Amino acid sequence: MPIAIQCRDLRKTYQGKVEAVRGLNLEIQTGECFGLLGPNGAGKTTTIEILEGLLEPTSGQVSILGHSWSENSREMREWLGISLQETRLSEKLSVRETVDLFASFYREPRSTDEVLEELQLTEKADSWVGKLSGGQRQRLAVATALVCNPKILFLDEPTTGLDPQSRRQLWDIIREFQRNGGTVLLTTHYMDEAERLCDRLAIVDHGQIIAEGSPADLIERLGGHHVVEFAVSSNGNGPADPAVWPSLPGVESVLESDGMMALSVKEPHLTIPALLDAVEKQGSRLEHLSTRQASLEDVFVRLTGRHLREE
Amino acid sequence: MSVAEQTPEVRVSQPKMPPKRNGRWAGYRHLLWARMLELKREPEVVFWVFVFPLLLAAGLGIAFREKPAGASPVAIVAGAGAQQAESLLENSPQHGSFKIEVQDDAAARKGFRLGKYDLVIKPNNAGGLTYLYDPARPESVLARSEVNDALQTAAGRKEVIVTSEVVSSEPGSRYIDFLIPGLLGMNLMNSGMWGVGFALVDMRQRKLLKRFVGTPMRRGDFLLALMSSRLVLMVIEIGLLLALGVVFFNMRVLGSLFTITLLGSVGALCFGGVGLLTASRAQKIESVSGLMNLVMMPMWIFSGVFFSYERFPAVAQPLIKALPLTALNDALRASILEGTPLLHLWPRLLVMASWGGISFLLALRWFRWT
Ligand SMILES: Nc1ncnc2c1ncn2[C@@H]1O[C@H](COP(=O)(O)OP(=O)(O)OP(=O)(O)O)[C@@H](O)[C@H]1O
Ligand SMILES: [Mg+2]
Repeated sequence: MPIAIQCRDLRKTYQGKVEAVRGLNLEIQTGECFGLLGPNGAGKTTTIEILEGLLEPTSGQVSILGHSWSENSREMREWLGISLQETRLSEKLSVRETVDLFASFYREPRSTDEVLEELQLTEKADSWVGKLSGGQRQRLAVATALVCNPKILFLDEPTTGLDPQSRRQLWDIIREFQRNGGTVLLTTHYMDEAERLCDRLAIVDHGQIIAEGSPADLIERLGGHHVVEFAVSSNGNGPADPAVWPSLPGVESVLESDGMMALSVKEPHLTIPALLDAVEKQGSRLEHLSTRQASLEDVFVRLTGRHLREE
Repeated sequence: MSVAEQTPEVRVSQPKMPPKRNGRWAGYRHLLWARMLELKREPEVVFWVFVFPLLLAAGLGIAFREKPAGASPVAIVAGAGAQQAESLLENSPQHGSFKIEVQDDAAARKGFRLGKYDLVIKPNNAGGLTYLYDPARPESVLARSEVNDALQTAAGRKEVIVTSEVVSSEPGSRYIDFLIPGLLGMNLMNSGMWGVGFALVDMRQRKLLKRFVGTPMRRGDFLLALMSSRLVLMVIEIGLLLALGVVFFNMRVLGSLFTITLLGSVGALCFGGVGLLTASRAQKIESVSGLMNLVMMPMWIFSGVFFSYERFPAVAQPLIKALPLTALNDALRASILEGTPLLHLWPRLLVMASWGGISFLLALRWFRWT
């Protein structure tokens, strides 16, 4: 399989000071759905716009289906469907007129009606863009990307601000595109989205990839399998000694946030009894105890010490 | 790194309908069409581009229409001699051009100050009359000399030279005739600058330009479509204003419609180019608005829209004549009012073409799509 998107040692420095991307390498296979996951300001948009040929990198190489942006960019644009993080399409044009306009730029676009139907916009075809809801606008943005019958779909936060149902609809559309042989690169803040949609993903922070792999792989390698969360209150004997927790059997890492301790563990049935013992020995009282499957969020917290979405 | 080993089939996205192929100009056609639709659906655009100039022309045309010089209001200060002066005026051949009121001194002066009277006549002790008038007010000066003539003739003065009068109020020499080509020029400038400059910065701010650049759209086609939309609007603008002049003000259009349209096109493209340059880098509507007003302001004042630029000092004339709006206004007036053929207008066309062409080239160099 040819490589759909490749970049080597990508760097982008804005105005000579903001280092948005610092040495990023990616290799995305044809037919893959690849996700860039990262907090605000991680450099996701900058990266994806460089790959789309809309931003000039400060240094590094990009190749799209074996071609670089300096050779024949017009031809390359025929292959790419793009949805930017924020584009405000003309409010006074109807949905159909907007999609028709974008279709007219390509040599062999798909039929507008077909795309509108696929994105469930047929009912709104004659409404002005200004009259659409947020979710409908997002779908329209994806429609303008899909109408060109692209080989690669670039989606920058396609589901931000959508309700759960609209998000699922969009996932279905992306999966359908992928099933038909398309390659997808998307960015997202949402763990569940990345987990369900992406074959592989890269976690980006401060302009660098800090982990890469399939969602299951990342969780297994970095999140532990389970997370034990608990809170203790001291019984007047001074605060519980935090040095105890990492030494409990089976604990891989410990994180504290807002008085809640989170232990990454391989085997909770070994850790929990030991934990209860330790709590009793300290004379503290257990306020809360729960266990759950580790998620990408845990991977991220483990890697950066921060939550992905700071609420 | 484990890469999911899957073998996606070759593209099987089978469009249910046969694929359509777009020709070379499909993008241009759609861009132009979309632009026209947007303009049509924007009530503000329709108002400022079409309705506002018509209202302005109609309003100014009515305010400055040629009226038979109305009767001058004149006050005579009551007292000895007032009666005599009044009857002299009433019996003079010109009595129709005065409206005489007898008032006491204070009321007459107050009325004069407020512009109610053009002239105050005050009989003095020596049996003569004193005129109170304001040399800075043309109607006051006129009233003084007319009243004086009337009184002197009525009192028996003989004219030494025999004169006769011809009234000239021909279409072509009135204020409205001067005004309409000027408004046309100004309107082409305003709508050219806003229609191109504002639209571009708005699209840049909305990241729509960036989105367009992400497609195989030809950038030249995009700019061409924007300019073409200006030409379409220009034809409508010219048609409406000239029709107003012809229908309501009996204006006579001497130049051929072809020449006028061609001048309009050159003007519209010239200001389209200047608008493009103004908007080539601005990221925000606010910054481009300021910049455009800065560019247009001098031309509103100096380029002879509402009054002739001959009123400015001679040293400023070459500068004023080098402004693109001056060139457009001059050319439009020469063609519409005097029927000057296109070939004789080349210096004016050259000024516009230079402004437009140089702006366009610079804009292409500096233009930011993102
Ligand atoms: N045009 C610009 N000029 C200067 N700095 C910029 C510019 N665009 C982005 N940055 C900076 O570069 C960094 C990365 O921004 P980027 O938009 O790529 O982040 P992101 O991962 O897409 O974030 P988000 O999740 O909020 O969309 C940020 O610190 C941002 O402030
Ligand atoms: Mg972003």
